[in-house]
Amino acid sequence: MGEKIMVKGTEAIGEAAIRAGCRVYFGYPITPQSELTEYMARRMPQVGGVFLQAESEVATVNMMYGASSVGARVMTSTSSPGFSLMQEGISYMACARLPGVFVDVVRGGPGLGDIQPSQGDYFQIVKGGGHGDYRLPVFSPSSLQEAVELTIHAFDVADKYRTPVVIFADGMMGQMMEPVEFPDPIDPSTLPSKDDWALTGAKGRKARYVTSFDIDPYKLEKMNLVLQETYKEIEKNEQKWEEFMTDDIEVLFVAHGTVGRIVKSAVKLARQKGIKAGLFRPISLYPFPYKRLSELAEKVDIVMTVEMSSGQMLEDVRLAVEGKAETPFYGRLAGVVPTPGEILEALMKELRR
Amino acid sequence: MGQELQESIVLAKMPKSLSGKEFTYCPGCHHGIVHRIIAELIDEFQLREKTVLVAPVGCSVFAYEFFDVDGTVAAHGRALAVATGMKRARPDMFIITYQGDGDLAAIGTAETIHAANRGERVTTIFINNAVYGMTGGQMAPTTLLGMKTTTSPYGRTPEREGYPIHIMEIMKALPGVAYAERVKVSKPQDIPKAKMAIKKAFYAQLLDVGFGIVEVLSTCPTNWGMDPVEAQRWLEENMTKEFPLGVYVDKVTEVMKEKGVK
Ligand SMILES: Cc1ncc(C[n+]2csc(CCOP(=O)(O)OP(=O)(O)O)c2C)c(N)n1
Ligand code: SF4
Ligand SMILES: [Mg+2]
Repeated sequence: MGEKIMVKGTEAIGEAAIRAGCRVYFGYPITPQSELTEYMARRMPQVGGVFLQAESEVATVNMMYGASSVGARVMTSTSSPGFSLMQEGISYMACARLPGVFVDVVRGGPGLGDIQPSQGDYFQIVKGGGHGDYRLPVFSPSSLQEAVELTIHAFDVADKYRTPVVIFADGMMGQMMEPVEFPDPIDPSTLPSKDDWALTGAKGRKARYVTSFDIDPYKLEKMNLVLQETYKEIEKNEQKWEEFMTDDIEVLFVAHGTVGRIVKSAVKLARQKGIKAGLFRPISLYPFPYKRLSELAEKVDIVMTVEMSSGQMLEDVRLAVEGKAETPFYGRLAGVVPTPGEILEALMKELRR
Repeated sequence: MGQELQESIVLAKMPKSLSGKEFTYCPGCHHGIVHRIIAELIDEFQLREKTVLVAPVGCSVFAYEFFDVDGTVAAHGRALAVATGMKRARPDMFIITYQGDGDLAAIGTAETIHAANRGERVTTIFINNAVYGMTGGQMAPTTLLGMKTTTSPYGRTPEREGYPIHIMEIMKALPGVAYAERVKVSKPQDIPKAKMAIKKAFYAQLLDVGFGIVEVLSTCPTNWGMDPVEAQRWLEENMTKEFPLGVYVDKVTEVMKEKGVK
């Protein structure tokens, strides 16, 4: 660990990837994350890595498929419409068990939408926007320091379980500046070997292939079952969340990412009014920390979800709460960021009911 | 005499780079012939241990099983993006994509043009059989005018479906391309020519000259509704007119000379 440096969100993530030993980046410019692409264009040549601006996000994801299949630690970053274009390739990577890190700096939608922060792509990112029975580990940071740590973690999770992993960020995350402490860089040559599965050439061993394809449904089912086993492991080992002022709660907020940060202010405002509020902030959106949230829900009458969406994570919250408490929702759409005051007011309304 | 016999036996051997798995292609289909040529060259160049073959979605989707080299199947049309990712990450490896006309010239046109234009050091074998074989004979971007397919049941017209697309001619306009040639494999005497073309496309990659691509005019008797012999004839009479054979780009021969490679 070194000293704290002021950095922009996009750059923090890019530098974290490099320190994680990522030496291959493909991307296509899109606001509000183009600075990350630009950062990688500058940095990759300095560390002997590969930067390539692809002709589209469709090409990007397939370049990742290629680089990952020969054993590289590979990353891309994009924003909502670009992530939509990547879905087919992500599904292929998931089935072929190819690791890779995707940073999705979510913006207001649907359609071309706008370029303001949003969480409206929760369903797409967390529930799988591509075809087939697959899941993606998804991490949602709420500060730049956390973004750095989660980016590095994402590479490890991707390699460990051989799966694509998503960093769910939003435009606010991308643009904010904060002091960040970076860990020491990892020398890529010291990373665990992928020689047991990667396409490194059939030297001293039989030829092998990585594929998402088997025409025989029984064999494909077997491949699927391997994925499902992996997801079970992921669900067991990779849940992450933060609890804020939850020791004596009467009401509980649930919010992720930058909204989690805003809700912390709302919690403090509520406490000034004598309402014992707390926050549960899921960090891993898949695997969603159902169990812990379920335990907390037992202590309160109201579990209020706040999102920059129409209520997408809300469905997971309700699955966790299982009717043990009321589950109201407050959200802003299309890139409008809720204020702590607004959130408190929404809570007060619920309390008055 | 004895020696001659021995030699002929050696020549007839299965290339090491083929797995020995029986081809699943229809009788009279050219996919198998082209596979063999590629495998022979991988053997001759001793590239088996560093080759990755990117198979497409199309009738040759199983190509990675037929070859005894590392391989994968790209999403439909994306073989050249996958190959780009591989070669950029591992420039020491030898990367081949094998693609049909629907794959390379319809859904994957953008990936094709841009990989070629960047001069990716990969080798592409492009099987033009004027139809979508795998999905049952629908119109391809290379379907000839007047040709009936299941999705151009009244025959392809320029007004309705547009013209057959000419990939080699497009390659000529892209500076990243080091070698581009259109060949056929319907007659025995075509085979050495096709093999030489693919060899040059290998050299485009091996000598770091640029992108190498060989288009092979191929039959699809099954979806053309012909027997194998008729299909060969039809190819000779019709496809070669629409798609002239020949070398379209060659920056390789000169480099071979410079470097003393034969
Ligand atoms: C995204 C997507 N769209 C459509 C298909 C269906 N599909 C599979 S193969 C194919 C066409 C193959 O034709 P071609 O590339 O000419 O290869 P051939 O079978 O003729 O060798 C199509 C349309 C698919 N697999 N994926
Ligand atoms: S359908 Fe056509 S392209 Fe496919 S294997 Fe049969 S003959 Fe060959
Ligand atoms: Mg075809």
